[in-house]
Amino acid sequence: MPDTAPPDARSDAPALDISLEGGTLRFVGRLSIARISETERRLHELLDTVEGPLLIDLSKVSRIDTVGAWMVHRLLRDRPGSAVVGASADAERLILEVAAADRPCEMRPAHEPFLTRELERLGRYMILAWVNFTAILGFIGLSIISAWNAFTSRRGVRWGAVTVQMEQVGVNALGIIGLMSFLIGIVLAQQGAVQLRQFGAEIFVINLVGRATFRELGILLTAIMVAGRSASAFAAQIGSMKLAEEVDAMRTIGLDPIEVLVLPRTIALILMMPLLAFYASILAIIGGGLFTWISLDIPPATYVQRLREVVPMADFWIGMSKAPVFGAIIAIIGCHQGFKVSGNAESVGQRTTQAVVEAIFLVIVLDAVFAVFYSALGFN
Amino acid sequence: MREPGTEPIIKVSGLVNRFGNQTVHEGLDLDVWPGEILGVVGGSGTGKSVLMRSIIGLQHPAEGHIEVLGRSVMGGDTTQNQDLTRQWGVLFQGGALFSGLTVAENIQVPIREYFTLSQGLMDEIAAYKIAMVGLPPEAGPKYPSELSGGMKKRAALARALALDPRLLFLDEPTAGLDPIAADGFDTLIRTLAETMQLTVFLITHDLDTLHAICDRVAVIAEKRIIACGTVAELSRFDHPWVQEYFSGPRGRAAAIAQHHAPVEVG
Repeated sequence: MPDTAPPDARSDAPALDISLEGGTLRFVGRLSIARISETERRLHELLDTVEGPLLIDLSKVSRIDTVGAWMVHRLLRDRPGSAVVGASADAERLILEVAAADRPCEMRPAHEPFLTRELERLGRYMILAWVNFTAILGFIGLSIISAWNAFTSRRGVRWGAVTVQMEQVGVNALGIIGLMSFLIGIVLAQQGAVQLRQFGAEIFVINLVGRATFRELGILLTAIMVAGRSASAFAAQIGSMKLAEEVDAMRTIGLDPIEVLVLPRTIALILMMPLLAFYASILAIIGGGLFTWISLDIPPATYVQRLREVVPMADFWIGMSKAPVFGAIIAIIGCHQGFKVSGNAESVGQRTTQAVVEAIFLVIVLDAVFAVFYSALGFN
Repeated sequence: MREPGTEPIIKVSGLVNRFGNQTVHEGLDLDVWPGEILGVVGGSGTGKSVLMRSIIGLQHPAEGHIEVLGRSVMGGDTTQNQDLTRQWGVLFQGGALFSGLTVAENIQVPIREYFTLSQGLMDEIAAYKIAMVGLPPEAGPKYPSELSGGMKKRAALARALALDPRLLFLDEPTAGLDPIAADGFDTLIRTLAETMQLTVFLITHDLDTLHAICDRVAVIAEKRIIACGTVAELSRFDHPWVQEYFSGPRGRAAAIAQHHAPVEVG
């Protein structure tokens, strides 16, 4: 016997004693779920080596419940010819009840062998990726149609909702995006300075900070932060509404859920992304400037003058031109995943994660496309 | 039903519940006797669910005393509470099945929490509970989102009964079910209560349920239990709400239906 007491061995649960004497199995005490772990172990010990039918004596059982009855029923079922003696009326009734409830029952989803399971998963994943891609294209198309309908209809775009969303995705994000950009500016200047110092070319830190920030980092990092903040929020908001059948309710009233839910969010992000990207770039420039001033002794006036010389206006416009596209794609991915929520609360979590991953992935892919595109146009 | 010398299985005395400055219960007293099916009725917002939540320890009352199985549910250390919670099963209004687990896994959650059993025996226990609550065998591996409302309730009942409790709390078990499913559920509760010798605390709006399965009915109004007795006693009770409840068109219809078809009642 193990030294440690089983978890259900509480002092107030009277003990159950099971003994086997020449084919008679005797239960004494409470044959209930409170003693079930012990019962299972003890029966295993006693009966492993014994074959053939048993006589089960229940005359000393003080209390029995369905689990206890099930243990008895199991013995009767597995050992044909066994019989029960001394059972109380309660015990007999319970044993009959559980016997009536004994029937084959599926317990868990069917299990596949490893190889076929993994292959199936891979195949399913490929199909899903393709279906998802076409679904996003379809959703973009739907959104464009809804936008066209909204702009041309008498009702017009819901500017109230757009304003609310602008506050949530834009104004409320100022703190975190500002802090992030400011720190990125400092890190960029510091790392650049360490490398450029080897050539005595610290002054080129300004080129590095200025061009990288306006053309790439300001907008890219903002987009990633917004994707994490807002794509997830959109997916969760719309997903919960879908679970609560609010989306269906809208359809029955004659509202187009795309127009009511997706359009304001998309417009808000298209409008706010350039502003956020500009704000982020400026704060990164300030961060870099602070570092060069303190660490490299370049005064702010020189910093600004040098920035104006080395950063072409094209860099700024290239950066800004990407912002609305990123905003639109983040909003659409977030909303699309929200609409794909179905079934249960777990699905909201999955879709929210999926929204963030997809949004960030697409932002980076699009950024690469833009980089190639503008290089091909001759903006270096 | 009540033999002399028996102690009530649930004893609520002087219960006071407040939310902010709104008082829900003011000096509420209630006794539930072993082996009975007690129905609790009352208008919307009279605190039926709050009373149930207070008894099972989810809601801390402002004042009063609650005893279940002779032990206080207020305060007390965790081990004592675990001993107590093992003695009752609760069926929440929406079922409250864990959505990430299958029906069989849901039923096994309480068993797994308290006992160390082989998976084989645990599966057998889940299987017979699934059969006892009248679910089809293929319901075992399904997730709650794949079940209909009636099946969800049955699965939740199977989970509530997983530990063979002595006490069963039901919060509007037949709400949202069609009349046939509701009748089936009433019969099921009655049968299970008899088989497993359960004491049932049942919140309901359903007059048919009251007539079909309740031994006694408690009426909550004016922040306390204003009356408690059999349906026949209550329909003679002189209180405007009680009169309207039992003698309104629905109340009369339920009484007539029961009078003509008293078959399932034991």
